Amino acid sequence: MSESAVLVEGAEAQAAGGDVGDARSLGADAWRSLRKSPFFWVSAVLILIFLLMAIWPSLFTSTDPTKAVLKEARSRPSDAAWFGRDIQGYDIYARVIYGARASILVGVLTTVFTVLLGGAIGTLAAYAGGWVDSLVSRITDIFFAIPLLLGAILFMAALSGTMTGYFGVIFKVVMALTLLGWPSLARLMRSSVLQVLPNDYVQAARALGASPWRIIRSHIIPNAMGPMIVVSTINLGAYIAAEATLSFLGIGLTPPVISWGVSINDAIVGLRTTPHMLLFPSLFLSITVLAFIMLGDAIRDAFDPKSR
Amino acid sequence: MPEVILQARDLVKHYPIRRGILRTVQGHVKAVDGVNFDLHKGETLGVVGESGCGKSTLGRLLVRLEAPTSGTVEFEGADMANASGKELRALRRNIQIVFQDPYTSLNPRMTVGDIIGEPFEIHPEVVPKGGRRKRVQELLDLVGLNPEHINRYPHQFSGGQRQRIGIARGIALDPKVLICDEPVSALDVSVQAQVVNLMEKLQNELGLAYVFIAHDLSVVRHISDRVSVMYLGKMAELGHEEEVYERPTHPYTQALLSAVPVPDPTLRGKRQHIVLQGDVPSPANPPSGCRFHTRCWKAREKCKTDVPELILRPDGVGEHFSACHFAEPQVIVPTTDVSDVEPDERFAEVDHRDPATIAEAEGTLQDADGLRPETTTEAQANLFAPIQDDEGHPGRVPDERRDV
Repeated sequence: MSESAVLVEGAEAQAAGGDVGDARSLGADAWRSLRKSPFFWVSAVLILIFLLMAIWPSLFTSTDPTKAVLKEARSRPSDAAWFGRDIQGYDIYARVIYGARASILVGVLTTVFTVLLGGAIGTLAAYAGGWVDSLVSRITDIFFAIPLLLGAILFMAALSGTMTGYFGVIFKVVMALTLLGWPSLARLMRSSVLQVLPNDYVQAARALGASPWRIIRSHIIPNAMGPMIVVSTINLGAYIAAEATLSFLGIGLTPPVISWGVSINDAIVGLRTTPHMLLFPSLFLSITVLAFIMLGDAIRDAFDPKSR
Repeated sequence: MPEVILQARDLVKHYPIRRGILRTVQGHVKAVDGVNFDLHKGETLGVVGESGCGKSTLGRLLVRLEAPTSGTVEFEGADMANASGKELRALRRNIQIVFQDPYTSLNPRMTVGDIIGEPFEIHPEVVPKGGRRKRVQELLDLVGLNPEHINRYPHQFSGGQRQRIGIARGIALDPKVLICDEPVSALDVSVQAQVVNLMEKLQNELGLAYVFIAHDLSVVRHISDRVSVMYLGKMAELGHEEEVYERPTHPYTQALLSAVPVPDPTLRGKRQHIVLQGDVPSPANPPSGCRFHTRCWKAREKCKTDVPELILRPDGVGEHFSACHFAEPQVIVPTTDVSDVEPDERFAEVDHRDPATIAEAEGTLQDADGLRPETTTEAQANLFAPIQDDEGHPGRVPDERRDV
């Protein structure tokens, strides 16, 4: 049924634009299959909501997240405070809404930086080859030997006391995660560039006299970045979780920054008596991470021609 | 004879073999080892040889995709092999390459317009910015594709059409020399004929000189003015098409030609079939003296020590270049050049068009593959023209299209 509908649609497109406007790139093909994936739509809607939360938290709540009502501390969910109040008497609902900004900032910024840094270094290593490639590969090996959490803890401990403002603290966490996250993307990019390089269209561009920059920009990167997009989308969720972990351990974001990790850390004292303090920030964190991983999966399926 | 446009002198390409922990150089793969030839304006030089003999490396050296270990490639007197920077960039306009595999030679993320237009972006002085799209459409038309398909992506075309796009990119800068690295080997036989005919048409219209690398002896004979035979990185024989094919003097050429299937059933079994002993020696450790002496039935002591020069040696009628101490002509198969022969009248009534073309002419089939109908008919007609010899043997099946 749906297939015949597509056929009819295609025929109409042909009739309307002749066979001239029938250009479909691989990206367009991926989008067509993405549109049919329920996982894509669920994760996209969730991510949209979280993004709105991060940009305009006041759309979702009019309560001030920094207003502590100490006499109602640890109260259970009620009409006045939907998710209850935490140990300081803050409204948990407002804290969860405002916490989205820090988590998503960390996730998005870390992803952007790792993609730029890892992608550039990986491309360079593969394109230059020789000793540059060997050097980069060995450096990534060294970074792989450092566990993410241990490395981040060391980094944050070494920089404790510096950069204390809201963005300063966030930037510090982003730096720690980027420093430990770029090598995996650099390796991924290196291997996909190595796959693209021997193709004749790269040779043809060289024979035409194209500069290395043009070859990298218009031939190599467009053909090699598919795997990196997928992996970094999945990583975005992982970085949010890593930020929460660091904050939970007390070395990531610290109050007065409002973040899910900080809230979880604060709530741990009431684990048995007032578990709602723990439940809501954890729930939001899990859903966000899940949404990004689901999106990454959906994109991977869409870009993988074998799955069609 | 027209002027020399491309001149290769003592062209050598050795690839180092590195082994061990320290990656020390343990030897060299001698892919191309001292190749000399001249290419004249507007002519086609065929290069044949078996896999691994250095044909493709030679092609890549000529367009400077590889830097030669030593030797020169002179384009109209300018040394291309040792040029760099701006000078090399300017020289690249004159000599372009068409690749073997049409599936990897086009960037899948670029439209046909971007692919054929890229040469103009790299060399902006060729066509002013406003006229580029029009020029790309002219090129598409020239290679027999629908100019309206400029916005399509490569995966929407068939293998033969993609090869046409590759050719359009190759001729975009109006080069004087086009290196064709097995341009039809990846295509099926009927499409091969179309592409070969297109290349001949372009040569007539644009005055291109081709270096046509292939392993299909009959395709090479069909398109080439002169033919060179390569063995283990060296040229064994070089001469005009009929000299090499009809009066080969090098034993390797003779063996190679004897392996070509004969289309004429009356001649089958009557010809000599030379079967060589052993395998091609490793190019990392080529035999001393004449490289062919390990497999040659004529080899004597001299062949093991002295390298035979590629010089003019008598071939019975005249003389042409051959690298054999004991060069003597040997007729392998009686051949007839039928390129200019009119089709036999007895077969004039046979409709040579294929069903698709007939259907097209009757308007039952849409022009779905983007080929202009006249191109198809033209190619089809040309395809059948040379395969009937004057004795009335109708080699109507394209597979049997062997000129030897």
